[in-house]
Amino acid sequence: MNEALTLLSFGDQGWGDTIAFGVLVTVSLAIATLPFGLILGFLIALAKNSSEPSLKLAANIYTTIFRGLPELLTLFLVYFGVQIGLQQGLKLLGFETYIEVNSFVAGMVALALVFSSYASEAFLSAFKGIPQGQYEGGYALGLSKYQTLTLVVLPQLIRLALPALGNLWLILLKETSLVSVIGLSDLIRESGIAARVTKEPFLFFGIACLIYLVLAIISSTGLARIERWSKRGDVSR
Amino acid sequence: MTAANPETSLPRPPSPPRTWSNTRILGHVLMALWIISGVSLVFYLGSNVASPFVQKYWPKYIEGFLVTLQIVGVSLLLGALLSVPIAMARGSRWKIFSWPAYGYVYFFRGTPLLAQTFLIYYGAGTFRPELEAVGLWGFFRDAWFCVIFAFSLNTAAYQAEILRGAVLNVSRGQWEGAAALGISKPVTFFKVILPQALMVALRPYGNEIILMIKGSAIASIITIYDLMGETRRAYSRSYDFQAYIWAAVAYLLIVETLRRVWDKIEARLTRHLKR
Amino acid sequence: MRVLRMAAAAVAVLAAVGGAEAKDWTKVRIGTEGAYPPFNNMTADGQLVGFDIDIANALCEEMKVECEFVTSDWDGIIPGLQAGKFDAIIASMSITEERKQKVDFTNKYYNTPPAIAVPKDSAISGTSDADLKDAVLGAQSSTTHSNYAEEKLPSVELKLYPTADEYKLDVSSGRIDAVIDDVVVLSEWLDSDDGSCCKILGTLTPDPVINGEGAGIAIRKEDGDLTEKFNAAIEAILANGKYKEINDKYFSFDVYGG
Repeated sequence: MNEALTLLSFGDQGWGDTIAFGVLVTVSLAIATLPFGLILGFLIALAKNSSEPSLKLAANIYTTIFRGLPELLTLFLVYFGVQIGLQQGLKLLGFETYIEVNSFVAGMVALALVFSSYASEAFLSAFKGIPQGQYEGGYALGLSKYQTLTLVVLPQLIRLALPALGNLWLILLKETSLVSVIGLSDLIRESGIAARVTKEPFLFFGIACLIYLVLAIISSTGLARIERWSKRGDVSR
Repeated sequence: MTAANPETSLPRPPSPPRTWSNTRILGHVLMALWIISGVSLVFYLGSNVASPFVQKYWPKYIEGFLVTLQIVGVSLLLGALLSVPIAMARGSRWKIFSWPAYGYVYFFRGTPLLAQTFLIYYGAGTFRPELEAVGLWGFFRDAWFCVIFAFSLNTAAYQAEILRGAVLNVSRGQWEGAAALGISKPVTFFKVILPQALMVALRPYGNEIILMIKGSAIASIITIYDLMGETRRAYSRSYDFQAYIWAAVAYLLIVETLRRVWDKIEARLTRHLKR
Repeated sequence: MRVLRMAAAAVAVLAAVGGAEAKDWTKVRIGTEGAYPPFNNMTADGQLVGFDIDIANALCEEMKVECEFVTSDWDGIIPGLQAGKFDAIIASMSITEERKQKVDFTNKYYNTPPAIAVPKDSAISGTSDADLKDAVLGAQSSTTHSNYAEEKLPSVELKLYPTADEYKLDVSSGRIDAVIDDVVVLSEWLDSDDGSCCKILGTLTPDPVINGEGAGIAIRKEDGDLTEKFNAAIEAILANGKYKEINDKYFSFDVYGG
């Protein structure tokens, strides 16, 4: 037991600081992905909700692809493919330059692609929960299409989509672990290094699992709070 | 009454022309992009069908595909068996049953499958003497069994929640009605409640199968040659990016086919519920 | 039409990113793995050390260029070179025909044979395919050693690992029966506390087609001038004794080979 505590302590003897750094990378990757995933997901939901069939179809193809591919494969496609593609595209345009797609960015892009396609479903079903009268009311007040969307529909939409988005956040947090495979020093990779060096894989991967659990618990509490806050208007009724 | 005067009756005005609104332009541009990518993908793959890469690796991809099917099939089945007692314990009134079941479900749903797989695969190596003592080392020594073990435990947690949610979804009235008819509780459960619950659970079960197919790619990280494993091996030997493109096409086809077949099955089984 | 205007603006922004970059090689980015002791590995505080690293620094000094090291996973190291993440790979990469189709190589800078290591209590007695029949053999993926096992040892069950560390973990827990790798790498590991589980069974006769002509520096095909520079620098450090100095720092024998 004491031995395990030494291994987990901070400083020269222990791996505490290494693992703490891994947690930091995991959390910052998830947080950095979130806004892109949300915005992209919202735009796709808008496209799916539009009356224009070509736009709808284009959005549906997008979600079919990114919900059908294993996340691990999406990650490899982005990590190796985007760089090769960008480089060759620029070469065709006559630029001899070098673009770095590091593992953090690749992870962010891949996770945002996956997140946005699931989030678009959450937004779409929320769209369906908003009665047509809300739009008509907005127009009747002389608001433009854009104003109606941002001032009238969006606030209600977020409230409706929040539980589903909360779930997606928890999934996102877990999926960041895949980025360890393309060399990002996240929680799993750092635990893996510690496990190999100390020959204590059960201890370190067990700790990693527990840390993910703690992150999930913190997130759930936070989400419950946000949900309560989003419904504060309902309470007085 | 006179016949309609062709001079005074007006023909129906033509419907207003569809204008090229911004959304329509955007939709067409995006579709054009998809079509261009799709065509170039087909062209790219078509021009590579006879390439040395495909010649050399396509049998490997088939083998990998079969391994993926095996892993997914066996894990889902074992997970389904395991999920029944877990779901029952989870709904139990006694805390000695419900709390551990809750903990189990929370653990396996709250941590990444990758971490669970590593914990079992590399963790088992640490406990070799103990496992040898109880004769289980032979089981854990093999990466394939470790993967099956990890995936089954994982999917059991998800399936237990699906099952529980579906059973709770059946209204109390069904229980009461059956009780009023003098039907015993076990018979009520299997003949009245379960069929209705499974109907509700069809969709989430379908999603779970798809999640499992996608998640099984993780097996490739611990030396299993499933579809993803063969892909990575082919790429690491040839450095040819088409390795990943073929894999992407294969996974998309598998998942889409399954999703469509499942939709058909669901539509067929729930046809009496259609109004 | 706003959409079209926005698209045009986006293209303009993208175009602004690209700028011509002349290649005068004042700075060379070198890709290495950092998990292959004693050739290249990371110390606990994140420093790259090893034979490859010292050789690389000596070569850069000789060429009077500034060198910057970039670490990459082994599986992604050639794609990384092609994608321009670095300009040269100095990571004990064997010069093989298969790799030559993708990248260019300098002349070799060392050459050592492959070997097989087994747990100390192993019943395996020799390194031939018959001796190893049905044994589970571990190797690092994308290496000449894994190719050797696939071609020359068809009776074994081969398991491929992303780094050497993982097969070490599995052979010491007894999950696999043997491992194949460079003899220098295996000896280094067996001499450490870590490798107390195992012993070297024997070295293998390298196959020139599979194992190649030794380890060289990989460079993109279009950068022929850089290959020339490196070749000249290898000649120079062999001649001026710098190579021997580094060789003797790590090994008690000559790794350059015949």
